[in-house]
Amino acid sequence: MTENKQLDANGISKYFKDKFKTNIKKVEIKKRTAGSKKNEFVNIWMKVDKSVFKDVIKHLCDLQFPHLAVVSGNDLGKTIELIYHFSLYYGTRLGEISLNISVDLPKSNPTIETICDYIPGALITEREKQEMLGIKIEGIPDNRRLFLPDDFPKGVYPWRKDEKGMEKMIRNLHEVKK
Amino acid sequence: MKEKTTSKTTYQLPIGPIHPALKEPVMFEFEIDGERIVDVDVSLGHVHRAIEWTGMRRNSIQIIYLAERICGICSISHPMAFIRAVENAVDIEVPERAEYLRVIQCELERICSHILWAGVAAHEIGFDTVLFLTWQMREKVLDLTEYLTGNRITKAILTIGGVRRDITKDHHPKIFETLNYLKDNFDKLRHIFLDDKTFQLRSQGCGILRYEDALKLCAVGPTTRASGVKKDVRVDQSYAAYGDLDIKHITPDLLTGQVNGDVYDRIIVRLLEIKQSVELIEKAIDQMPSGDLVSEPKILKILATIKKTNGEGVGRAEAPRGEVIHYVKFNGESEHPYTWKVRAPTYNNILPWIPMLKGEQIADIPIVAASTDPCISCTNRVAVIDGNNNYELNKEELHRLSVEKTRRLMK
Repeated sequence: MTENKQLDANGISKYFKDKFKTNIKKVEIKKRTAGSKKNEFVNIWMKVDKSVFKDVIKHLCDLQFPHLAVVSGNDLGKTIELIYHFSLYYGTRLGEISLNISVDLPKSNPTIETICDYIPGALITEREKQEMLGIKIEGIPDNRRLFLPDDFPKGVYPWRKDEKGMEKMIRNLHEVKK
Repeated sequence: MKEKTTSKTTYQLPIGPIHPALKEPVMFEFEIDGERIVDVDVSLGHVHRAIEWTGMRRNSIQIIYLAERICGICSISHPMAFIRAVENAVDIEVPERAEYLRVIQCELERICSHILWAGVAAHEIGFDTVLFLTWQMREKVLDLTEYLTGNRITKAILTIGGVRRDITKDHHPKIFETLNYLKDNFDKLRHIFLDDKTFQLRSQGCGILRYEDALKLCAVGPTTRASGVKKDVRVDQSYAAYGDLDIKHITPDLLTGQVNGDVYDRIIVRLLEIKQSVELIEKAIDQMPSGDLVSEPKILKILATIKKTNGEGVGRAEAPRGEVIHYVKFNGESEHPYTWKVRAPTYNNILPWIPMLKGEQIADIPIVAASTDPCISCTNRVAVIDGNNNYELNKEELHRLSVEKTRRLMK
């Protein structure tokens, strides 16, 4: 929770690129304005390699303790993409920067390390990603389901768009006794 | 927390899933030592309605009205976050006048929600006359909402690229009448909640959430601001017309000079925010520029643009309970979103319940649980229902315990 000098969007991008070089696969900075005064708000979309993911989060926590809004996920066919939506520099008037860090997991081995040891508040959203996307969070402190009931069929993941999704199940609900 | 270890000194007390002194289903499993709460576990999912899943089979205009139904109270905040996500993904500019109109609608919703919460909080500690007083005030604001939008709860006022109805000079007398009514009654409300002995006894030093916990557990909204974390999307980001208006973080030290992070502080934050919202509406009406209401009136054109979009966007908004964030992704093939993720504020305020409730008494459960203003239907969105038959302490029983504690303290 060290308070450093606030970086701007390019500064944040450089901060990560200097450290992780080519493992930062893509950085996109999107600026939008709103209202009569056209104040800017910045969204940074950053794709990182899975191998350095945990280090990126640690590096981020060195910058300022970030607010993790939620983790969202996409089934992209061969891979599952997780997107961690962070807020940086909140608490200053119009100073917030939204940082979205995404990481691709191969479907053959959809595992990722937990970030609960750095950000304890990530637990709820990590539990949700496990049950909804069928990924495995390594080292998660609480491995139970979150929203899905205990008798929900195993191996069915509502957000998947492949054969593990819900399409087949909802057509044959009698098979799962629902 | 996971292992059920009942020893001779402690016992298990499940509360819920139906009405654990809340108005919505959630399941608490407490470990109790005498009257003290040693540990607590929360389970969710009892009102999971598969709304995200349903949304991925609707087009973006239809989703606005679906998003409105995620929560009966935040029926502006959810569509607001969703349309901002779409506007960011598709790059749609919003007319300036529409941004101001959005602020007015958002702040009316916040006033309704905070007053409603104040009434519920009073009810939880057995102070039912205050419940009636606050809800009478809320009724005036609902009347104004109905006058401006045509509906009390599901307002259907926002659309992608703007708003659907204007506020003209003809509306002003009624708006100012209601705002003046609120201002006249604000001091009464403040006196009841902050100076009353009963409220102080039940809320001060109760359900404490420390600054570090609020930060680490990623709490949002008045819950986190009452612990001193300055986090308010309206202040931090430039969205709608909030960037133009003079607005600052509301933390309890503005009034008392210190931050305790207890239930009392959460009451202070919400009360001050009611006042702030009234001022914001006045400023917004005063500064509102003239202009269009929507950037593109033809819905089919918007949908055609969305169909060609290959991109993603996030939208954040400050709901009465805290930050709500929606994520959408379009794949350039369909007007339905490829992915739609909703995160309601209560989702992040689940974990902070644990440090708040530990060490408190059974009779404090209702007021501590209610102090985050939980909205369970918002939080549970995606699946089905499961009821565990357990020994239940029902709502009436729990409410009775809470009322008895108030009586005891007043003696």
